[in-house]
Amino acid sequence: MSRLATRFDALRASKAPGLVTYVTAGDPTPAVSADVLLAIAAAGADVLEVGVPFSDPIADGPVIQRATERALAAGGNLGVTLDIIAKVRAKIGQPIVLFTYVNPVMRMGTDAFIARAASAGVDGVLMLDLPIEESADLCARLGTQGLDQIFLISPTTSDARLAEAARLGRGFLYVISRLGVTGARDQVSGAAAPLVERIRRVTSLPIAVGFGLSKPEHLAEVAAFADAAVVGSALVTVIGEAGADAPAKAGAFVRWLRGR
Amino acid sequence: MSDVTVSAGPVFGRRDPDPRGYFGAFGGRFVPETLVEPVERLTAEYFAARRDPAFLEELTGLLRTFVGRPTPLYEARRATAGTPVRLFLKREDLAHTGAHKINNALGQVLLARRMGKPRVVAETGAGQHGVATATACALLGLECVVYMGTDDVARQALNVFRMRVLGATVIGVDAGTRTLKDAINEAMRDWVTNVGTTSYVLGSVLGPHPYPLMVREFQSVIGQEARAQILRDAGRLPDVAVACVGGGSNAMGLFDAFVDDPGVRLVGVEAGGRAITPGNHAARFFGGHEGVLHGTRSLILQDDAGNILPTHSVSAGLDYPSVGPEHAWLHARGRTEYAYATDAAALDAFQWLGRTEGILPALESAHAIAWAREFIVARREPAVVVLNLSGRGDKDVEQVKRMLDAEGTAS
Repeated sequence: MSRLATRFDALRASKAPGLVTYVTAGDPTPAVSADVLLAIAAAGADVLEVGVPFSDPIADGPVIQRATERALAAGGNLGVTLDIIAKVRAKIGQPIVLFTYVNPVMRMGTDAFIARAASAGVDGVLMLDLPIEESADLCARLGTQGLDQIFLISPTTSDARLAEAARLGRGFLYVISRLGVTGARDQVSGAAAPLVERIRRVTSLPIAVGFGLSKPEHLAEVAAFADAAVVGSALVTVIGEAGADAPAKAGAFVRWLRGR
Repeated sequence: MSDVTVSAGPVFGRRDPDPRGYFGAFGGRFVPETLVEPVERLTAEYFAARRDPAFLEELTGLLRTFVGRPTPLYEARRATAGTPVRLFLKREDLAHTGAHKINNALGQVLLARRMGKPRVVAETGAGQHGVATATACALLGLECVVYMGTDDVARQALNVFRMRVLGATVIGVDAGTRTLKDAINEAMRDWVTNVGTTSYVLGSVLGPHPYPLMVREFQSVIGQEARAQILRDAGRLPDVAVACVGGGSNAMGLFDAFVDDPGVRLVGVEAGGRAITPGNHAARFFGGHEGVLHGTRSLILQDDAGNILPTHSVSAGLDYPSVGPEHAWLHARGRTEYAYATDAAALDAFQWLGRTEGILPALESAHAIAWAREFIVARREPAVVVLNLSGRGDKDVEQVKRMLDAEGTAS
């Protein structure tokens, strides 16, 4: 059983609200970024999403764009991201999901990427600009190495494509609760709960809801209808403002989200 | 042959990609999940529109009465005096708004209106596509928002003003390399946020399927006219069809009519910039690697980690790290060939055409002129060349003056 399946089973069994955190790898530097991941894990995140810095992040809002620029300036890239994960993997029990645009993976070569990701201890891969229609081959190859492919579901996803994502997806489904790019908002989108309900009708895969969540109240609200909430831009903002102090501040922020 | 024959409109459905939008290994549809459905809907609407006689009649009518088509094919006799070469310029610079971009913008804005979208977003590099889209939106009564890199805003200030006068909102993009690539990023972010009300009018043969097909087909009017005109004026097909290639829409528009004529060399001229070293040029066929940018698989200037490299060109319209997927495919099949012209060669060509023919080409088109000039000098046998003069140079005069003043070489 994969680390992701184990973790989400445990969350369901305990009826605890799950927390998925997103940070951009290499932000503010690769060394500090490794400590950020350790601090977030110690603070009690359930799943760690690690974003690969890419020069043209079309699905990201200004906060993650700036994190990406900091990471790239500090030498971050796909290879460095995998090195960071390999370095912290032994000290982190939680599943780690890689968030990436497709171009860096193509440049590394899909087989080389899968081998390196598996050996670094990555549990799941989400490719932001690789639609379901292009994913069957990658899913199969990831599967042979025990890696899960995570799919995004958006308010615009049709029932037919949702069924396909449920068929091919492993680990969990990441539900985009609103149209647009990443970024913190004041309120949970009203579209989230009905969308999750629609997904539950076709799959028993765990569901994490993200895009716009930034505070403990959001997590509580999402916990009522989904398995986990994803917090990204709000955490990345903390890291961006903290600089070298990022591990401590990020850990404190995750404890605050957790109400600890 | 009369001009009635050459006023034929664009051609549709002649060389479609496969159902997933691939031209061979290139193209496809690599977009974030939220955009998949809108792109599929756009594809269905486009396929319906191009079979709809009412849509085609409105488009071809406006191309004639609003854009001023057919544009002339002009023989540049002084430029080739004393040589065995005949050089014909396809005068897209004489199309309304001063470049070929209007052919596509008009088609896509008509499609947006047909889809009931009240708002349009577009990106622009040199400003020509932004001006064309703003113009089409003014004509058809749609709201228009144009994203433009702040470096390009600075070097094309006059075009920014033109767009605003036409009623468009121009938003400067101060991210990344602050050029066309970043303007596309921001236009896509706007589209993903406002998909319900907004249509994205992409300016070149780039992006996810159906854009490379749709833009080429709207631009195919260039090649349709040029083919009929050269048969009329030279009595035969050309030996060479040449055009500059940024994203590659004016080149695809011209090449389209000659792809199935194996005797016609198809030459695309890229931006050689300062030199063919990383960050100093935008010649994708000279150092690009296969990859995905802005929704399509093509040749891309990128580093070993798959990050997109900065590009440089004197011409904002060619300053882009990827190229239309159909170009990459035609190149892989050996049907097209690519060359580059440096900034300096393009600047020389800009002045040369002005002095010898009384035509100031856009700096983009000046890259094709630079190639043709070398061809004319080297050629010993008769040859007929059709060159797509994709835009006029008025927009570039101020920039050229600055550069020549800096060099101290203005004559």
